[in-house]
Amino acid sequence: MTEARPVVEGANHTVAAADGYEPVIGLEIHVQLSTRTKMFCGCEIRFGERPNTHTCPVCLGLPGALPVVNERAVIFAAMIGLAFGSDVARRSLFHRKNYFYPDSPKGYQISQYDEPLCRGGRLGDVRIHRVHLEEDAAKLEHISASGRIHGSERSVVDFNRCGTPLVEIVTEPDLRTPEQAREWLTLLRATLRALGVSDVDMSQGSLRVDANVSVRRAGSRELGTKTELKNMNSFRFLERGLRAEIDRQLGVVRAGLTVEQETLHFDPASGRLTTLRSKEEAHDYRYFPEPDLMPLEVGDELLQAARSAIPELPAQRAARFEHDLGLSAGRARELAFRGELGDYFERVVAAADAAPAPELANWIPLLVERIGSDTDPAGSRVAPEGLAALAAMVSRRELSRDAARTVLSRMVEIGGDPSSLAEREGLLALPGGDGQLAELVERAIAQDPGAAEQVRANNMKAIGPLVGYVMRETKGRADGGEVRRLILERLAPH
Amino acid sequence: MTAALVQLTAAQAGARVRARELDPRELFEAYRQRAATDELNAFTWVAEAPAAAGPSPADAPLGGVPVAVKDLFCTEGVPSQAGSRILEGYRPPYSATVVERLTRAGAPLLGKTNQDEFAMGSSTENSGFGPARNPWDRARVPGGSSGGSAAAVAAGLAPWAIGTDTGGSIRQPAALCGVVGFKPTYGACSRYGMIAFASSLDQAGPLTRDVTDAALLFGQMVGRDPRDSTSLKFPEPVRLPHADSLRGFRLGIPEELTGTEGGVEPGVRDAFDRSLELAEKLGAAIEPCRLPHAPHALSAYYLIAPAEASANLARFDGVRYGLRVDGEADLLTMYSRTRAAGFGLEVKRRIMLGTYALSSGYYEAYYGTAQKVRTRIAQDLHAVFERFDLIATPTSPWTAFELGAKLDDPLQMYLNDFCTVPMSLAGIPAISIPCGLSDGLPVGFQLAGPAFSENRLFEAAFALERAIGYDGSPARG
Amino acid sequence: MASELSHVLDHIEKISELDLSDVPPTSHVVDAATPLRRDEPEPCLPREVVLAGAPEPVGDGFGVPSPGAAPA
Repeated sequence: MTEARPVVEGANHTVAAADGYEPVIGLEIHVQLSTRTKMFCGCEIRFGERPNTHTCPVCLGLPGALPVVNERAVIFAAMIGLAFGSDVARRSLFHRKNYFYPDSPKGYQISQYDEPLCRGGRLGDVRIHRVHLEEDAAKLEHISASGRIHGSERSVVDFNRCGTPLVEIVTEPDLRTPEQAREWLTLLRATLRALGVSDVDMSQGSLRVDANVSVRRAGSRELGTKTELKNMNSFRFLERGLRAEIDRQLGVVRAGLTVEQETLHFDPASGRLTTLRSKEEAHDYRYFPEPDLMPLEVGDELLQAARSAIPELPAQRAARFEHDLGLSAGRARELAFRGELGDYFERVVAAADAAPAPELANWIPLLVERIGSDTDPAGSRVAPEGLAALAAMVSRRELSRDAARTVLSRMVEIGGDPSSLAEREGLLALPGGDGQLAELVERAIAQDPGAAEQVRANNMKAIGPLVGYVMRETKGRADGGEVRRLILERLAPH
Repeated sequence: MTAALVQLTAAQAGARVRARELDPRELFEAYRQRAATDELNAFTWVAEAPAAAGPSPADAPLGGVPVAVKDLFCTEGVPSQAGSRILEGYRPPYSATVVERLTRAGAPLLGKTNQDEFAMGSSTENSGFGPARNPWDRARVPGGSSGGSAAAVAAGLAPWAIGTDTGGSIRQPAALCGVVGFKPTYGACSRYGMIAFASSLDQAGPLTRDVTDAALLFGQMVGRDPRDSTSLKFPEPVRLPHADSLRGFRLGIPEELTGTEGGVEPGVRDAFDRSLELAEKLGAAIEPCRLPHAPHALSAYYLIAPAEASANLARFDGVRYGLRVDGEADLLTMYSRTRAAGFGLEVKRRIMLGTYALSSGYYEAYYGTAQKVRTRIAQDLHAVFERFDLIATPTSPWTAFELGAKLDDPLQMYLNDFCTVPMSLAGIPAISIPCGLSDGLPVGFQLAGPAFSENRLFEAAFALERAIGYDGSPARG
Repeated sequence: MASELSHVLDHIEKISELDLSDVPPTSHVVDAATPLRRDEPEPCLPREVVLAGAPEPVGDGFGVPSPGAAPA
């Protein structure tokens, strides 16, 4: 391993636009499929078990063992291709990718090369180059103080994971900023999760992302030399790593030098980029067609099974929320990109009768705030009907917004319906016609005659403190809109 | 008693066991003793007793007749070394499918036979455990790579045996030892548990005393195996042959494989010609035919097979099983020293050749081109089989040569396969039967047919074998 | 070794003289699709058996020199 390369510490945002350079980013994603058994053998896939307890001659690479393709892995891969609108090849080939490493028991990985399962397609703003099937390597644990490979003398190999089906997705270099990359990955993850083909958990290793990064003069059609960024453990680290590498490359080209092709690792703790492999060490994998497997043929039946297994996907759902239900683009994506949120929201809409969906949608983030972004709302104490009822109470002005938030918090804690909760806790809105409010309005005006004078003079900004006084006095129970109306009525002569 | 037992063919012995005239344990012990006192180095391991498993031999199709198995077949708990030091003492946790099928059919494991390392060779001189010797003349090679199996059957140390054929490794040693050797259609027998040399060429097959035994053994080996993606369902039941004539058979004689191009020795050519005369008398219609790309078959083979082998042998890295050298050094050193120590010269040669043929920049010229030659050879044979039922050639251009005689020049050794490689490349079945002696050494006669023509092949071979009347008993001592 | 390989290659290289322009390569002699296996578990090997032939068993795993260690 070569020594660490000091980094141009990533600025908070790229300055590419400023001096005419633009970054170009492409992603290479490996997705571990959630099939029951491995890609080429019948070993059950289990994680966290005692090492080397889920292996057989095939995934151990014992002499004489032979691979047999897992049908469900092919269906899952076809589903991914169909979700992208890719061309799913009726006939594709497996190839041997030859290299020596302790995590590769055969000394080659069975993968796909120039005849992959899927070509083309797109997801959101990014075009897909290809999608193919391959097998995962074993797990290598390095015995050292840090557990990392540097400084370790011995390693230990566990083959439980070896042979797990992987789908490799390669995008076109359509991404232009690290933020865009992170957002797109969020959409990808939501899409794969909706398909049900993978756990897509980066921390568990069921989703792995490598990035290819280069810079070029804005408006140029050519691509600059690209470097590869590998082994990032989260979308956030990936974003930071991309930023660091883009800044580094910009520094290089601005100094009149050329970017060298290499493979880099970004350490989020130190912010440093390290060279893993230089171009000279690039591997010749000597690909040739896998003689132990005949061509993979995807027939009508399999394609139909894949097609019918595809549910509404996040991108489509977001479009529907926006166009059919009237949500803003941002809110639509927010709710559609997390399957459980979208599901829960639709149940709220169904329970809410004629209430407008955008208004209902605003309540979901408030719920998420209270239960945590990792919790499925369907598993919380707030039933969709309850949330719909709460929203209805607010639109009927039976509850002020502030009070409703409090009621929501109580619903999260103890469940129950909002109406009885609000009543019990004395949070019901003060009705506008009740003399109580009118009396408070008088007091508000009396205690701040200056503001009152401003309002009479048509300076509406001054109404704020008056409304605020009444809200405080009623401990938020008054309906803000109603208070404002009463004040205006009182002050603005007609 | 034992001497008489050993003169029986496997089919005859099996019939006696099923008729309760012969105790299968007596049969096993007779052979076990002969195998254990083997002076030909035909065996690398001999059983102490028949393994307990299996149905009662008296009721099983193969009648309890023990079988010798080439070292590269995985046999659970029993050394399976593929003739290599890198696997010395390796005992697999599972058995090859064909071995399991034979055991279940009532052919218990007699022993493991010696071979060229990883099936690479034509003389068994590349074995990591010393060469095997030809029972007809112990100063000569038995052929290879299934030399141990061929020698064992020829010498009466085993009633029958199985081997593997990639470019001729069953047929050629069968020819040199004067026994029957058969390579099935590619995919007819499962390769699961066969330590791989060249995956698109390797096939398991029988080495036996006569054609009937070969058909009998093959009949129990054949069949689709869900563990081998390249294995196929055989389209019809395997029949024991009984033809007494060759009427209706059109026999093609490929000029490229029978002339001096392949360096066919005069003695071999004579024996071959005499057999053709017999075939004609039996009613076969014989004519010459052309296989224009056959002269390039060896070149294509020696690019494709080493290429696949270079990948198949990458798993021998000292990590999980087998030999490890310098495990306390760094990883690359351990890899290279382990493989340098564990692999013999020929294996290293072929791994280098294969790696080169697949390298970036060379793939098209070498491996890619070889694959196209392979297509042409298959097309040539396909065209011939539109006019002919079978083709015939000598199996080997020469009889058994002396140990050490062909070790100086690898190309000379490769030429052993001149007549057998085209069938391997096309994946078609072929059988070698002994057709006489030349200077006291056996000569093999090869018949080949289109894919799945096994039953026709056996019939033709059977009829010819009867007419030839070859006597292999001198080698059985 | 090198000279032997050169010698072999000289002979083998003659195939480049053939006209193979329109010939498709043969990757598989069998003209069939690869069979697909149902996604149903099959028995695995017991751990002791798996580690039985290991040159360097370390706990439950296979010990090897680390790829990260400097060459000796």
